[in-house]
Amino acid sequence: MRLSINGKEHVVNEVDEATPLLWVLRDHLGLFGAKYGCGIAQCGACTVHLNGTPVRSCSVPVSAASGQQVTTIEGLANKDGSLHALQKAWIEHDVAQCGYCQAGQIMSAAALLKSNPKPTDSDIDAAMAGNVCRCGTYVRIRKAIHSAAAQLKEGASS
Amino acid sequence: MNVVEHPIVSADDYVREVLRSAEAQLHTARMDRRAFLKVIGLAGGGLVLAFHVGERNSAHANGKSLFAPNAFLKISPDGSILIYSKGPEIGQGIKTAFPLIIAEELDADWAHVRVEQAPINPAVYGRQSAGGSRSIPMSWDQLRRAGASARVMLITAAAKQWDVDPSECRTERSVVVHDASKRRLTYGELADQAATVPVPNENTLRLKERGEYKLLGTRVTGVDNLAIVTGKPLFGIDQVLPNMRYAAFEKCPAVGGKVRSANLEEIKKLPGVLDAFVVEGTGKVNEVMPGVAIVASSTWSAFAAKRALKIDWDESSASKDSWSKAVSDAAKLAKQDGPESLRTTGDLDKALGESKVVEGFYSYPFISHAPMEPQNCTAWFHDGAIELWAPSQTPDAGLTAVAAVLGLPAEKVTVHQIRAGGGFGRRLINDYMCEAAVIAKRVGVPVKLTWTREDDMQHDFYRVGGFHSFKGGVDKSGKLVAWSDHFITFTNDGEKPTSGGDLNPEEFPAQLLPHVRLTQTKFPLKTPTGPWRAPRSCSIAFAVQSFISECAVAANRDHLEFLLEIMGEPRWLQEGNEYALNTGRAASVIKLAAEKAGWGKSLPKGHGLGLAFHFSHAGHFAQVAEVSVDANKRLIVHKVTVAGDIGPIINMSGAENQVEGCVIDGLSTAMGLELGIENGRIQETNFDRYPLLRIANAPEVAVHFIQSQFPPTGVGEPGFPPVAPAICNAIYAASGHRVRTLPLTKEGFTI
Repeated sequence: MRLSINGKEHVVNEVDEATPLLWVLRDHLGLFGAKYGCGIAQCGACTVHLNGTPVRSCSVPVSAASGQQVTTIEGLANKDGSLHALQKAWIEHDVAQCGYCQAGQIMSAAALLKSNPKPTDSDIDAAMAGNVCRCGTYVRIRKAIHSAAAQLKEGASS
Repeated sequence: MNVVEHPIVSADDYVREVLRSAEAQLHTARMDRRAFLKVIGLAGGGLVLAFHVGERNSAHANGKSLFAPNAFLKISPDGSILIYSKGPEIGQGIKTAFPLIIAEELDADWAHVRVEQAPINPAVYGRQSAGGSRSIPMSWDQLRRAGASARVMLITAAAKQWDVDPSECRTERSVVVHDASKRRLTYGELADQAATVPVPNENTLRLKERGEYKLLGTRVTGVDNLAIVTGKPLFGIDQVLPNMRYAAFEKCPAVGGKVRSANLEEIKKLPGVLDAFVVEGTGKVNEVMPGVAIVASSTWSAFAAKRALKIDWDESSASKDSWSKAVSDAAKLAKQDGPESLRTTGDLDKALGESKVVEGFYSYPFISHAPMEPQNCTAWFHDGAIELWAPSQTPDAGLTAVAAVLGLPAEKVTVHQIRAGGGFGRRLINDYMCEAAVIAKRVGVPVKLTWTREDDMQHDFYRVGGFHSFKGGVDKSGKLVAWSDHFITFTNDGEKPTSGGDLNPEEFPAQLLPHVRLTQTKFPLKTPTGPWRAPRSCSIAFAVQSFISECAVAANRDHLEFLLEIMGEPRWLQEGNEYALNTGRAASVIKLAAEKAGWGKSLPKGHGLGLAFHFSHAGHFAQVAEVSVDANKRLIVHKVTVAGDIGPIINMSGAENQVEGCVIDGLSTAMGLELGIENGRIQETNFDRYPLLRIANAPEVAVHFIQSQFPPTGVGEPGFPPVAPAICNAIYAASGHRVRTLPLTKEGFTI
């Protein structure tokens, strides 16, 4: 099976078509950023982009990702290698506690900012509703998203 | 499958070298156990300090004069400063806080500091666990002295080189400065020479006054932040070894069930499955319970095969626990005292007879820890020894448990501590490590055991549910003078209350009132329970602080004034014991929370403020919640204002983050989290039926610390207990509805 992940082509053999994308990323391709949390698309720790749309990779069969563009947290940085504005904001606002859910949170936020560069609080509530943070870092997640949106706007106008 | 790049970064070779050098020195020098040991002769040069404290009982184990260093600091000639963090990082921020303390006394430039986890060796390091908010108070002096010792050695080396008196030198940002001659040498330039300087006597060390701090108390971002936001393999579940297999393990959903038979032959034929076998187990819930192990070529193959398992369980000695039965049995006992007496003070009956009497029956459910990272452990048994990579809160205890289960001497067990995706008390128990060890021994190649979320929620050491039947007596002046609580809890062994299910006779407010009776009933229980963030306090505070509000209402008095009156004169109930309530510190945080939240301000209809205080884990915390409730019982928590006193703050960013998390966890838990138990089986087994709070419902959180002159104590837990009662008291203020049962969904509230 052919997979395009973070702009790179991979051939994965001996994998059942029904295997969730999450486990192919983790066990077969060594991409550990997407996390297993619940296995039933409830927590969002496994969030990746499929053609730019956030999906819960624990519930997407790998066959559905074949031939599509998959982006994971490992491929979120800018083309020049610098961190995405959200990654920078997450570091600066010291968002993480345990950090386990944060790659999924950032991927959901990245999809939001792509379609909505200046989200309101309720836009954030809606876009981030699929991501649970058990440590309760939501206050900082919200701040970091607003901060990254402002940075991206500044970057675009300069 | 492809073998991916080995992501495990091991610090062990370096540390083993350090330990060997340390041991070699022991043969030539008799060391003061409380002193620091300098280690020289390492490849690469530089200054290395092995240091230890505290573990005075263990340091002379077996009557041998054993110097036991327990953490390390290395300054290299290139100027880099490597600090080993000895205890587990579970999201509490200790991997940043520990090194900050050392760096402060060292006067290090934080940009030069790199942090790695120390290996697990309790004989050498002493305590290597994360629990009870104890990491900071137990390490504060040790870490400060480590930094200060190294600083003195660097100054001594510089002074020697310049031929000046050390007292003429000062340090700043990894540089020793001699102002008179305007000379400067960096720590890196001095590292080799500093290694030849004698280690200073710790009694001669001058530790900084608080006003001199440059790093402590500022906002410092987490040392693993970059790795987290770029998806690096940091966590237990991310570990990979060459030729590794993947395992899953199925246990009886009713604890205590044994495997009678299973469709093993069928399972072994499934794709990717390499082996399937029955594990008899040790029969201890904190080690290995009976079940079926599946070993496969990928996690998904193991999980898929696990779902196809058909196991005939022998449940003759399995749990038949029923939460609904406990609820109805407890209700029948509400009007009477319990058979066991926990505390009697004064004459309760007489006092109640002369008082206005208030009654309230409170209950709260069993809940799961549900850390985001399910339990997992990677293990490799080879050559009669085992190596484990475990996201544990108690890797030191895990080492001992694995040795016992496998019948190995402790020196044949190596444990690597790995960042854990949340702890909350769940990872204090190392059952998953023991399971991985047993499976690894049979398989003989590296194996990663991963629990499913369903495993995690069905095989937890739960926060125990419970019931409090209160009576309060308010005298004619409106003062609370009488207090009785019939506490209904559970017992696993028929004797003592189950873990997390005990009521301390010194619990607030019993120790402050003249007429008190605390009694107890214990229901039998097979379901395992354990510490859950702020054990005991996480449930007791809801009941006690809500009932105090009821008493204030009955006395027709302001809750704030009523609560402060209970505290009385400022005094430390046991002078010098940080685990004893200090009513002065309590009153200060209560007043500050009230002031910052605008206590007494006028609010729109349907809005209310609620106050609560709780002292636990050496932390005094008060909170005021502002909520609104509509006619359909839809609840909005607008803001929670927190005031806490845990002494000086190490890392302001980390401390505030912990408190914000406590508030959100507190609301999440109070709002909708509960586990049903029927026929011994946990009814909620994944997040679809266990509604952890999401971002839309997260309130604004304002955190205020009183940085008092007491030594610093932990922050991960004491901010949690006041959240639920503050919210419930605010609901009463907003709606007149008194919440006595959690979660709030039980009383018809939605969010």
